[in-house]
Amino acid sequence: MSEPQENDVTRRGFIKMLATASMTMVGLSSIPTQAFASNMGITPDDTPSILIDLTRCTGCDSCALACKEANHLPSSAEPPRHLDADTYSYVGEFHVINKKGKEVTRYVKRQCMHCLNPACVSACPAAAMHKSEQGPVLYHANLCLGCRYCEIACPFGVPQFDWNNGLTPEISKCWMCIDRQETGQQPACVDACPTGALRFGARKQMLEEAHARIDTSPDRYIDHVFGEYEVGGTSMLYLSDVSFAELGFPANLPATAPPEETEKIMTKLPFVIGGLGVALSGAAAYTHHTDETVVKEEEEE
Amino acid sequence: MSIANVPWGAIALSIGFPVLFIVSVRYLALRAIGRRRTTTLTPFPQARPAAKLVLSWPAIGTWIMKALMGAGALIILLRFMFGIGTVSHLSDAFPWGIWIGFDVMSGVALAAGAFVIAGMAHIFGVKRLEPLVRPAILTGFLGYVLVILGLFVDLGRPYNVWRPLFSFQHRSVMWEVGICVATYTAVLFIEFLPVILERVNRFQAVARRLPTVPLYHLLRKISIVFVILGVVLSTLHQSSLGSLWVLVPTKLYPLWYSIYLPVFFWLSAVAVGLAMTIVESTLSAKAFHHGLHVDLLADLARWALYVLGIYLIVRVADLVQRDVWQLAFKANVQAMAFWLEMGLGVLVPMIIFAIPSLRRKSRWLFTGAVLIVVFGVVLNRLNVSIVGMWPWSGEVYLPSWMEVVVTAAIISFGISIFALAARHLPVFPAEHESV
Repeated sequence: MSEPQENDVTRRGFIKMLATASMTMVGLSSIPTQAFASNMGITPDDTPSILIDLTRCTGCDSCALACKEANHLPSSAEPPRHLDADTYSYVGEFHVINKKGKEVTRYVKRQCMHCLNPACVSACPAAAMHKSEQGPVLYHANLCLGCRYCEIACPFGVPQFDWNNGLTPEISKCWMCIDRQETGQQPACVDACPTGALRFGARKQMLEEAHARIDTSPDRYIDHVFGEYEVGGTSMLYLSDVSFAELGFPANLPATAPPEETEKIMTKLPFVIGGLGVALSGAAAYTHHTDETVVKEEEEE
Repeated sequence: MSIANVPWGAIALSIGFPVLFIVSVRYLALRAIGRRRTTTLTPFPQARPAAKLVLSWPAIGTWIMKALMGAGALIILLRFMFGIGTVSHLSDAFPWGIWIGFDVMSGVALAAGAFVIAGMAHIFGVKRLEPLVRPAILTGFLGYVLVILGLFVDLGRPYNVWRPLFSFQHRSVMWEVGICVATYTAVLFIEFLPVILERVNRFQAVARRLPTVPLYHLLRKISIVFVILGVVLSTLHQSSLGSLWVLVPTKLYPLWYSIYLPVFFWLSAVAVGLAMTIVESTLSAKAFHHGLHVDLLADLARWALYVLGIYLIVRVADLVQRDVWQLAFKANVQAMAFWLEMGLGVLVPMIIFAIPSLRRKSRWLFTGAVLIVVFGVVLNRLNVSIVGMWPWSGEVYLPSWMEVVVTAAIISFGISIFALAARHLPVFPAEHESV
């Protein structure tokens, strides 16, 4: 093994090199931190929203079937009972005890919640999941790596992967029929609902409507609009007469959006890069300086 | 941005903390390993002649590895023909299995030796570590190549893997991990390139036609830049692999979920970088019949002891602060996995490495280091990505045999390439001198 050859660098060359290294680090660290503020086109109040009143749902599955048809998804004879690569929306069935102590059957339509600050969008390394300016969370397969971090990230377990496609698997999830919205129509599920359990409109209006319903018939509803505050708020809002935990909704959701936690970390990284770059360059310069002194001393001896 | 909005506290912390850290590391380094002013190398104490056995354990091992690689290639073919679901137990309830939890999460951690050893030797001037640098960089480089290989099998649409490079997803932790892993793999290659060039330059015909000699000298001159870049990039993505899980506060079991996961991941990566260097040195000393720097490895072990000590303190402090330490005493799989990880993977090796007489014996060094690797870090990454996710998903994911074979095939491939490189390139100082 030859001796470590840092010694054949001249001091001037070394300082130049360090300067370059530090400039690179400083350059990297000057990524403006303001760019980290999330930039949404539409305000949470105006974002398109669906109010789902579970007390009015009879479990007819019209919404789930209309969804399949509108999105050209293959369907079987039976209506879907869970999300999968071919299902954006389904209606689940729960046998629960209601407020009056009676055993009742409740039907719960589930689909993407279209969070205001979606974890899947924050997770995606390639902008394949993206919060559109119109509000709904959209997926672009052509950008997708198939890393499935969106599935890990989603607090509701919504994104579904095509496990039986070798080369071009895609993530499937509800896109709030944005194509229909653009032509002034309602999402297919809302259109198909025969009982008025689904209502479509601006989020602020839907929230007002939800609270008005709770206020006018406090016996009928529990005082909780699911989606108003959960994970920072969602576009899908639910009303119910039994607790949401009993209807298969996650019970431990925080009021802050999970991306806020990771963004706190991400905004610190430029400082880590800058700080470490400067400090390590300094340490290396000091090391090299002592080495050179040693070499000189030895030569003089 | 007005003056009031400038995060002075964050700037002060981000500069002050690394400086403080580096000063203390340097101080401890000089105390632990001693200020070596000369650059002479310690001689190899136990060089042995090569054994000549036809049906030896190594030969059997080679055949097993070849079989695994063949089977692995077939399964990968199946995966690309019929989908990931055909060969794995992955599902929408459990989208990440051992290909991520082991191949990527653990693989990146186990390759941390490269930045730890190169940084210690070249930035902090612990010149004695010089003989360990090249093997560590080779192990690191191969480690990252394997991680990328594993990722290509796991990614649904691997042909889109380059997309993060051209989209600035600054909010995505995964984006940052991707950028750092890609860049750092390139940095490791550049750090290893002089070793290849040393070999190439001996062929006059090549050296005369291609500018390999000037390139070699240029790389030697600017190598320090890449070492610094390596430490910065490693710090970023080693910690960010932990940040990936900060996004799932409602899913990951509280024994592991913490907003300080990036700190835990970085500290354990440094510890396992040292431990892997011990393991890798011991194994290649056996395999290639050259000497072992027991004294150097004992110093690394002492280092690992300090780092593990800090790691243990912050892990326990975090559990107490979040008031979830009681979960460690529940009778469930998670508590058991937690104790295996923290007890067998952190406490036991700390005890071994704290006793000087044990630390100086290669057998004990190896035992302690293997415990850190297997239980302290690999099990920790599996706990975070698999065991800790069981309760939320409601189903117990265990890998299919085909997933295991693919992982084993990737490891076998790595070992074969390491052996090939070690045999034909001046990786180990002994060979380097004798040729």
